[in-house]
Amino acid sequence: MPPVRSASLSRTWLAGLVLLTAVAAIVALAYGPVDVPPGRVGLAVIDALPGVSVNTGLSPLHESVIEDVRLPRVVLGLMVGAMLSISGAAYQGAFRNPLADPFLLGIAAGAGLGATLAIISNWGGGGGYFDPVPLAAFAGGLLAMVVSLAIGNATGRSTVTLILSGVAVASFFTAAQTYLLQRNIDVVQEVYTWLLGRISTSGWTDVQLLLPYMVVCTAVLLRYSRALDVLAVGDEEARSLGVNPTRVRLIVVVTASLATAATVSVAGLIGFVGIVVPHAVRQLMGASNRVVLPMAAIGGAGFMVIADFMARTLIEPAELPVGAVTAFIGAPFFALILRSTRRNLW
Amino acid sequence: MTSPHIRRAVLLVAFALVVAACGSDSPSDAPNQPTPAEGAQNIVSLSPSSTELLFAIGAGDQVVAVDEFSYYPPEAPTTDLSGFTPNLEAILAYEPDLLIWQGGPEDISAGLTAAGVPMVVHAPPADFEGIYAQITELGDVTGQIDGAAELVAQMRSDLAEIEASYTPAGDPVTYFHEAGTEYYSATSSTFVGNIYGLFDMVNVADPADPDGSQFGYPLLNEEFIIDSNPDFIFLADTIGYGQTAQTVAQRPGWDAMSAVQNGNVIELNDDIVSRWGPRVVDFARQVADALNRQPVG
Repeated sequence: MPPVRSASLSRTWLAGLVLLTAVAAIVALAYGPVDVPPGRVGLAVIDALPGVSVNTGLSPLHESVIEDVRLPRVVLGLMVGAMLSISGAAYQGAFRNPLADPFLLGIAAGAGLGATLAIISNWGGGGGYFDPVPLAAFAGGLLAMVVSLAIGNATGRSTVTLILSGVAVASFFTAAQTYLLQRNIDVVQEVYTWLLGRISTSGWTDVQLLLPYMVVCTAVLLRYSRALDVLAVGDEEARSLGVNPTRVRLIVVVTASLATAATVSVAGLIGFVGIVVPHAVRQLMGASNRVVLPMAAIGGAGFMVIADFMARTLIEPAELPVGAVTAFIGAPFFALILRSTRRNLW
Repeated sequence: MTSPHIRRAVLLVAFALVVAACGSDSPSDAPNQPTPAEGAQNIVSLSPSSTELLFAIGAGDQVVAVDEFSYYPPEAPTTDLSGFTPNLEAILAYEPDLLIWQGGPEDISAGLTAAGVPMVVHAPPADFEGIYAQITELGDVTGQIDGAAELVAQMRSDLAEIEASYTPAGDPVTYFHEAGTEYYSATSSTFVGNIYGLFDMVNVADPADPDGSQFGYPLLNEEFIIDSNPDFIFLADTIGYGQTAQTVAQRPGWDAMSAVQNGNVIELNDDIVSRWGPRVVDFARQVADALNRQPVG
């Protein structure tokens, strides 16, 4: 049984992570395939604030590039990284399982099936809140979660059962998606681009779409991080301490799933962030969920912005799928942390 | 942790590359393959481009089955055969005496060879001469040699006429060819790029794949596209992605582009653009019309 470590947030770590993430965001804003002097970028960012208008000295085209394309992309990257990381950390805490990731309970498969269906059916609408692909992905992700929870609950209340039911649901949804793709091979490019993950560049719509989920889910998860620490000592002990493990787990899992489904619906399936960032935080700062959850959110935001910055600059003016970049830089980075800390937290 | 989707996607991409690599072999390079009989009468085509060409050279009556995407010309005998995931038994059920495709998995080719079905592999050509060579070969294997020669002559003269209808003046006209809303494009080194090349246009996507490592179809960065501010935007994603000049104008940041402001966002037919059939002439004509309608200086 893992020890519950000091619950206080280390100010040094907090300041360090915030600084790192801020630097990543600034660098990502300042540099891109379009060459704009970093100072002017700063002015454009200020100009983009609601109700503020400054003379950026940029052409309307360059102003557009910074304010409508690059800035929303960096902000969305911060949000996506934070949501995936905190969800992953919450799952790992709730299931007391280091391999739990945000795509547990078949959410990725459900979202993938939903997106595939929307793309194949060419459901009209288009753009913004009524763009069918993210809506269908969101619905599919939630459906998979509900089915997994229902099966898991019906067959027993252990977390292992729940994880296994998630595996079964994921396999089923993936099979359905594979079948649909085979029957509609002409949409393969569109579907796989989505599956490989992409911080889209469609202005502020995705940011607005994700913001309410981020605020609510983050607040709930942080609120329950203490209860997760109590769960870490075991369900019986938790009960004796006045914490209802089933209820806590349900709230945390549903909230993290909602956050994941919302994130996936705008950014596709970006792997590895939800597992590597929380573990890195845990290795460096200890296992307390009260530390791991907020730090994972901040670290995940920074990590995602760096990954997306690389995705759009490494082979500029072409792009790489960001899902490939997260794993490519995440895996060695994580291996390094594992090698150098040698903590045994699970 | 890598999700199964991502792993599958990587596998699929790898598979596609293998298929593409196989497809580049010309049929004559492959040993131990039955040579196509003169004048095949039971042809199966798994390539929409080849289907269009077969009908255009007058071999339509010799075609018994075509793949699911070969829906042009309308009289083509479209079936549910797949050119992407071919099924050996389903192909053999049509008792073909000739199979025309873009290439496929080794085991399917081996099975066809074992069943004595001659194959013609026609991968996407690099240029017009590549199409003409394929047309000539289709004429040889179907016995429609005159029809093939006429089609080549007709396409040559049509394209020459269309090319001559536009005289570049001033700076070269720049363009962005959009193959999907992820901002996939096609560089000058692709067949599509050749059409624009007729008019000495400059492709803004070229720097994204200078060495051809992305097979001429790079995924472009959006801010790069906006910043390159091409004179024309050609949409080859009007059917698959439902894009129009209006949807482009609504994209954040795109309204500042001169092509959007000047009404130079041209809607193309995805199918015509992605195939190297006789309708490339229509594609070229549409580009020429756009250039002639709106002189850019």
